[in-house]
Amino acid sequence: MKNMLTIISNALCRITGKNVGARVVVSRSYADFTPQATFDIKKCEVHRLEEGPAGKAELTREQGLQYYRTMQTIRRMELRADQLYKQKIIRGFCHLYDGQEACAVGIESAINPSDHLITAYRSHGYTYTRGVSVKEILAELTGRKGGVAKGKGGSMHMYAPHFYGGNGIVGAQIPLGAGIALACQYQGNNQVCVTLYGDGAANQGQLFESFNMAALWKLPCIFICENNRYGMGTSVERASASTDYYMRGDFIPGIRVDGMDVLCVREATKFAADHCRAGKGPIVMELQTYRYHGHSMSDPGVSYRTREEIQEVRSKSDPISLLKERMLSSNMASAEEFKVIDVEIRKEVEEAAQFATSDPEPPLEELCNHIFYNEAPIEVRGTNPWSKLKSVS
Amino acid sequence: LIVWHKWVRLAEENECQRRRHAAHFTFQPDPVPTKYGPTQKMNLFQSVTSALDNTLASDPTAVIFGEDVAFGGVFRCTVGLRDKYGKDRVFNTPLCEQGIVGFGIGVAVAGATAIAEIQFADYIYPAFDQIVNEAAKYRYRSGNLFDCGNLTIRAPWGCVGHGSLYHSQSPEAFFAHCPGIKVVIPRGPVQAKGLLLSCIADKNPCIFFEPKILYRAAVEQVPVESYTLPLSQAEVLQEGSDVTLLAWGTQIHVMREVADMAQEKLGVSCEVIDLQTILPWDTETVCKSVVKTGRLLISHEAPVTGGFAAEISSTVQEECFLNLEAPISRVCGYDTPFPHVFEPFYIPDKWKCFEAIKRMINY
Repeated sequence: MKNMLTIISNALCRITGKNVGARVVVSRSYADFTPQATFDIKKCEVHRLEEGPAGKAELTREQGLQYYRTMQTIRRMELRADQLYKQKIIRGFCHLYDGQEACAVGIESAINPSDHLITAYRSHGYTYTRGVSVKEILAELTGRKGGVAKGKGGSMHMYAPHFYGGNGIVGAQIPLGAGIALACQYQGNNQVCVTLYGDGAANQGQLFESFNMAALWKLPCIFICENNRYGMGTSVERASASTDYYMRGDFIPGIRVDGMDVLCVREATKFAADHCRAGKGPIVMELQTYRYHGHSMSDPGVSYRTREEIQEVRSKSDPISLLKERMLSSNMASAEEFKVIDVEIRKEVEEAAQFATSDPEPPLEELCNHIFYNEAPIEVRGTNPWSKLKSVS
Repeated sequence: LIVWHKWVRLAEENECQRRRHAAHFTFQPDPVPTKYGPTQKMNLFQSVTSALDNTLASDPTAVIFGEDVAFGGVFRCTVGLRDKYGKDRVFNTPLCEQGIVGFGIGVAVAGATAIAEIQFADYIYPAFDQIVNEAAKYRYRSGNLFDCGNLTIRAPWGCVGHGSLYHSQSPEAFFAHCPGIKVVIPRGPVQAKGLLLSCIADKNPCIFFEPKILYRAAVEQVPVESYTLPLSQAEVLQEGSDVTLLAWGTQIHVMREVADMAQEKLGVSCEVIDLQTILPWDTETVCKSVVKTGRLLISHEAPVTGGFAAEISSTVQEECFLNLEAPISRVCGYDTPFPHVFEPFYIPDKWKCFEAIKRMINY
């Protein structure tokens, strides 16, 4: 009887698209769920490669729930940051990542924690996937001493072990990523460096300098272009002579990936990491993704694109919904489980926001600390010859 | 009752934040200019638009380009120009500062008037090589056969209250070290329009820094027609006999307030000078003033070590050594990157300048 109710409610779910199942109280044992399934993913276009990643991806129940949890945490964290910004508790610049969660989660699931990652300023998602807690991220946004960079960096400058930020100047992080890859190669530790940049940075000179060096010395560097179709307010057609960003590496092989599907991103990143670890040199990936918010909090995001476009992406290609539907339709999890996860995440984010609002700001001594590396504290000259501050490192 | 308490606390917090985030200066408008024709109320970005409008109208070779200038620019300095003059004269570039300036040099050398916009002065460094090695040295190395005097680079400059490390920098000192270019910084809309038109007309590559905190805050009556203000000429805004206060850009308004404070609380008469052109700078006006007063206070937001105040201080002590009553005072930013939350402590506000005056008087 219970099973029949479940089957009917699930069928109703799929037909009407509404969450009818939530109102039916069902208790199901975990044995009822499918432990693993294989899904079809979009075939990646390739450049200078015999073949790309496979068109199928396997997903276990645990992995699916974990990807869902991580993506949903990033989503809720970004939306909370939006609220805090509008309340003027976060000031300065804030570039939100919602819509692009599949990129961060997909990449992280395909590399090891000992691999390296560097990105530009839209970095809150990567800060989370690289191991920093929501509490520390939000506290850094509000500029408090509990923040991951002690409140001195803000939105664009968050760091973690093997995560090199968080960089404000467009394109400046790309040669850094190539350098980290050189260190990996030199030390022979079989690690790779994932170097991310956007469609706007794809026109910077330093990118092409890095491509050349990486290919020349066969550095284990995965260059990933997160193409969210708009560089601030300029669409890719108006900024780039060629919008095939995966081909821009010219002599470097490239893959074009559906960045809204976490499994597609994961498979492609695995493929790319294997390519680098086999000593074949760098590889370029283009993740076709989308951001729901504007470029930053001061950009409404609708003067250069229509609300209909944003709505369309939200309804048809939202990364979290895609994963959830996949898991529900192949009976890998129940809607209640997702609800429970949602509630837990909401609580976590809310607690983090409370901490971020109430933690004290860094003390004034921090103004001059960490300018240089110095054994004995040095004096920092300042606004007047008689007012010097001490700098310790 | 709980709602009332919550409301009161929120109001208190807002008040605290308002006080904490209040600007460190009060804009003091210039008197209405009478010799340039009819005037109109404009703020700083509107006066820049007006100057560019005049230029595009009178000079058929003039082109404006940069990131996002087509729709009007992120600070609205180029609003309406594309519709008025066409998309071949006002156009966007991709995100590449080195490319923008290099491209601008080429346009200028070929004979057209190039007005390049760098979106924030903090982003000018990829173009630093092009400016210092190409633009500044073109005339010199070609023996006057070629030059890129038709190039003007505009960039928003200076602290803005919430800009943090990469939206608040004042890089004039880096460029002051480079012979061959001119560096100009206005204090308000009337100066901005006149100085910008002078930079465009000047037969040398010029960098024009616009204080971004003044874009909306500074409102004056600005002449509608084209007019130029002389470059390399400092302006004495207020005459005095005891201390010379020297600054440029936003800091001028801080200095004016300091001068009033000094007069009121210490009975000290201050002479306020706006340097306007950083390179080549008007040594004569400044030295004449120091000879008269005997004391000099220079103030800027950029870090003190190697900041432009160092150059001024060094030159003044060479020229006016025996006239000095007290060591030259430099009230500048700390030698740290421009901070995130510590901005109110970092900037050289009126209290720090006032303290410096007190010490100079009592030396």
